[in-house]
Amino acid sequence: MTSIGNSDARVRIGLEIHCQLTALRSKLFCTCPADYRGKEPNTNVCPVCLGMPGTLPLLNRRAIEYAMMLALVLNCKIPSRITFYRKNYFYPDLPKNFQITQYNAYEQASVGVDGVVELDDLDGSSKTIRIRRLQLEEDPGRLAYDGSIDRSNYALVDYNRAGVALVEIVSEPDFNAPNEVRLFLNRLASILEHLGICNPALEGAVRCDANVSIGEQARVEIKNINSFKDVERAVTFEITRQRSLAARGIEIRGETRHWDDARRITVQARAKEEEEDYRYFPEPDIPSIVISSKDVEAIKASMPELPHARVERFVNVYSLSRDTAKILVGEKHLADLFEASIKYYDNARSVANWIVTDLKGYLERYDDGGGDGSSSSSNSVILAKVTPKHIAELAMLVDSGKINRATARQILQRVIATGMLPSAIVQSINVDMLSNKDELASIVDKVIEEERKAFMDALSNEKALNYLLGKVMRYSNGRADPKLVLSMLKERVIGTSKTGQ
Amino acid sequence: MVSSSKIALSAYELVEEVKVGSISVEDYIASMIERIGSMDERINAYITLNDHALEEARMIDKMVKGYSNDNGSYATKSLLGVPLAVKDNISTQGIRTTCASRMLEDYVPLYDATVVKRLKGAGAIVIGKTNMDEFGMGSTTEFSAFGATHNPWVYERVAGGSSGGSAAALAACMASIALGSDTGGSVRCPASFCSIYGLKPTYGLLSRYGLISYANSLECIGLMARSVLDLALMLKVAAGSDMQNDHTSIDANSSISLDLESMNHDLKGMRFATIREIVESEGTDEPVRDSMFDALSSVERLGAVVEEVSIPSLRYALASYYTIAMAEASSNLARYDGVRYGYTAQPDGVAWNEFYSKIRSNFGSEVKRRIMLGTYVLSSGYYGRYYMKAQKARALIRDEMLKVLNHYNAIMLPTMPILPPRIGERISDPLRLYMVDICTVIANLAGIPALSIPYSMYNGLPIGVQFMARHLDEPLLLRIAYALESARGDKVRRCMI
Repeated sequence: MTSIGNSDARVRIGLEIHCQLTALRSKLFCTCPADYRGKEPNTNVCPVCLGMPGTLPLLNRRAIEYAMMLALVLNCKIPSRITFYRKNYFYPDLPKNFQITQYNAYEQASVGVDGVVELDDLDGSSKTIRIRRLQLEEDPGRLAYDGSIDRSNYALVDYNRAGVALVEIVSEPDFNAPNEVRLFLNRLASILEHLGICNPALEGAVRCDANVSIGEQARVEIKNINSFKDVERAVTFEITRQRSLAARGIEIRGETRHWDDARRITVQARAKEEEEDYRYFPEPDIPSIVISSKDVEAIKASMPELPHARVERFVNVYSLSRDTAKILVGEKHLADLFEASIKYYDNARSVANWIVTDLKGYLERYDDGGGDGSSSSSNSVILAKVTPKHIAELAMLVDSGKINRATARQILQRVIATGMLPSAIVQSINVDMLSNKDELASIVDKVIEEERKAFMDALSNEKALNYLLGKVMRYSNGRADPKLVLSMLKERVIGTSKTGQ
Repeated sequence: MVSSSKIALSAYELVEEVKVGSISVEDYIASMIERIGSMDERINAYITLNDHALEEARMIDKMVKGYSNDNGSYATKSLLGVPLAVKDNISTQGIRTTCASRMLEDYVPLYDATVVKRLKGAGAIVIGKTNMDEFGMGSTTEFSAFGATHNPWVYERVAGGSSGGSAAALAACMASIALGSDTGGSVRCPASFCSIYGLKPTYGLLSRYGLISYANSLECIGLMARSVLDLALMLKVAAGSDMQNDHTSIDANSSISLDLESMNHDLKGMRFATIREIVESEGTDEPVRDSMFDALSSVERLGAVVEEVSIPSLRYALASYYTIAMAEASSNLARYDGVRYGYTAQPDGVAWNEFYSKIRSNFGSEVKRRIMLGTYVLSSGYYGRYYMKAQKARALIRDEMLKVLNHYNAIMLPTMPILPPRIGERISDPLRLYMVDICTVIANLAGIPALSIPYSMYNGLPIGVQFMARHLDEPLLLRIAYALESARGDKVRRCMI
């Protein structure tokens, strides 16, 4: 039997990922702001993005440049002519009832084709994910319903988002396990952040469809996965669903399913009556764009440092372990925090450990059920309060023996609550470590008095010893030096067993 | 009120009088509105008149009299006070723009088309919006939700199309200059049928921003006038890119030099080509062929050499043209769905697709025909057989045309192979109707400029002659027209007064 998490060559998963180019100032074909979030419905619009009669698209040059950057990082080929196509279908969120997008069936016309991404951080092995194409297109508007889509008597349309630049990345079905999908998406999120073209933390900035098939069975599309984090869950669920159908001898139908993130299952989408025919043809209002090798070189030269190079630099310049460096770079804001913090305190490894174990651990506890793979909005609130100076001071205070790690973690919570500097918090609450044996002895005696039974258990059970240690720490408000307390407790236990009490 | 002889003034003559103050623009516009009131019930050239035309006229009078603080900038405005008719598929801010369709019956644009903005900037006054075939689909201005336009010269004949309202308005002196649009001959055909000038410029020379799309890769805004100098004035003002709104226009304002002073009255050293396949075609009416041969000897007398060439690929021209135009139309017209603007209905309790069908059944029959055929040729599996093949044919035709233009300064053709038909005569047979576009569509397929020049009359029916030139060689076309205009003198009437 194969477990779900493990790579299984019979399982084939492909991804279709949409990333908004959130760093652009304007939409793809007009001068409306690209940032539509939080605005009154239908206020972030103009005659062009509303598809008013007689308007024409004016291509955003920077959008092409951003899309080319991403294509290059994903090792795509850039065709010498880039062409836009019209995808024709009727839907109320589409102002022109066609979408300006790209299409490769008649020529290689999209911004990128035939890319490859090496997944080298799988446990011990590596594999290649092929990218079929990377294309630039316009986002449609959004529909709002009165409650659920099935029950609602009407739909309202908001065109604020219509015309925002979207990059679509289509992979070959080269993933064999959900964890490979997660690794790929984390990698992609880090690339997007490092290129500075898309902020994956923004709601709806990254969306993903997945297709899943097992062996020779039909392919199932999963749509409506609105965060990178949910993709792994959706794919895992779908594999389990298909396996259990197969186990009962039920044929798997080729269909489109929706990811219901509240119930964490995939559900059958309303079956389409017939295959949609999009009647693609070249967009007559946007001339083809001729790309020279010089243009490609200029884009390459303009690209910022990428995750891979940054990991190497962290290892070589700051002597971080490769694992630590990868964790930092995996989330650009952590890597940025690291580089800023070591300006205040140059023990790079200590600062890095603080971020990777303590801060990240804290963030993850607060990120249960959060939206996406890289950082949730509550995390960004936290990160806004924790400055490089805070991190540097915490690491310095622990390294100098002034406070212990447990206390430091408590201080971190206060930092987040108050924004005060750790050194100031230490002074205000007197949290210097208690390492005076006489002061500690009274607390230790008190605990033994209260926890007689646990103390007797400790003669034969290490866990009971930890329980007692925990209580001493609590009574000392976490200030006790845990190593010293442990040795004191052991002394008492040994003394007791010797006297046979 | 202004005398009827003044109503027939050319725009450049009118501007002179306005600038010296010998004509009040308010009087002039009022007279023209009165004329429209008395004549247009019969002709039906206008769909909507501009309610603010008189107000705009008064503003100009104030400028000229020095009552407004514009520091005399009016002196530089080359179309000061000129009444401009605008085809009803070109957007005008605040004036409803219907495309002669029920679907846009109440649609009022929020902005001016770039070309309209430029002409208004030069002092022109939009007097009204003119009738046309619905969305530009037709050659007779009979396919209009607002009724057919009648030919001012012969009332029971069509005015041509699809810019029939603009041409009729000029011939009947209900405007001084006019804008049309030309997808496959829609400016030149009515110009020829109404005995005025109609210029289809090089594709992209005039901004298309604000022109309501029918077939984007073929169509241009076209210029219509009763004199060559007026056409030149308009072109000078209208040409140029609009980088703020429109990537598809050419920044060629400076490269088109229109030195009208130095225009020659002869055509010495010019070499023109006629196309055997068209001149010899059975589809060409005898009077049209006679007029063409007469025009031929006219240009020869002016010093030009004319030779006959063959362009075999022309037999694919109509098929290629209609395939591409209908494909693009089927997509362009998808946006008229009753959700955001235009004709709509109560959507309660109706599913999307049902709602769309209900709304979109208000297109006219010819528009429906072209949407359906366009949808068909783009369908998966048919793309290669129709659309792609049409594009290949288009490239072939363009290359052959340009090859001819490498050896000759211009190509000389009839504008329309037929005389203006009677109203109702052709409309029932779409294929026969499509055939008459053969002499004009080739310029749209090749993207080159083409000009229809009023040349003669046969039993009171106007006949035009057409010249096509290399990309951006509009100055040459104007020069040919100027020489012919001078040579023909009073033999050609360009307005009914």
